[in-house]
Amino acid sequence: MNRYETVFIMTPVLSAEQVAETVEKYRAYLKDNGATIDHEESWGLRKLAYPIQKKSSGFYQLFEFEAEAPVILPFETEFRRDERIIRFLSTRMDKHHTVYAESRRNKSSQAPTAAPETAEEA
Amino acid sequence: MADKNVRYLNPISIDTQKEKYCRFKKKGIKYIDYKDASFLLMLCNEQGKILPRRLTGTSLKYQRKVAQAIKKARHLALMPYVADNLR
Repeated sequence: MNRYETVFIMTPVLSAEQVAETVEKYRAYLKDNGATIDHEESWGLRKLAYPIQKKSSGFYQLFEFEAEAPVILPFETEFRRDERIIRFLSTRMDKHHTVYAESRRNKSSQAPTAAPETAEEA
Repeated sequence: MADKNVRYLNPISIDTQKEKYCRFKKKGIKYIDYKDASFLLMLCNEQGKILPRRLTGTSLKYQRKVAQAIKKARHLALMPYVADNLR
């Protein structure tokens, strides 16, 4: 089992339900393949630093999960086939990353105002 | 006699170069987050290029991690690949 972190960006043309539906699809995909999701974050609609597929904003979603290594490749294939996803990035977390992610989570849960602030910065 | 009382109009500029240090080693930061774009912008010039080690003083070990983090942030459109007048 490895620990992974995946961030993906959905097109801004989706409605709130469609976003929830898309996120649910990938959540279910991970669970079906024996992964345990430890943390997820929705950053909401953020402005992109440069246009992707002629879109200048997108819905960001973060998943932190534990899974077997062979799960990742088909998981990313799902992203490539999905027209609603415009960008994604999966990284395997090393021990320093895991420690950092936990402290970051605690920080954001203590100060709930931190999350909207980051959305505004972008 | 005269050279004993030499006075300068401006104080002589002695090269007191500030000691460079690695901010990650000093503060004990082990992991550089690619999601924290506002921090990574400190290590870029105004065109969005990664600043060299000789300017930031970052150690080689962490410069490699900084470069990786910035490249990941660019991929996720958290930071620009090219820009004008960042900051």
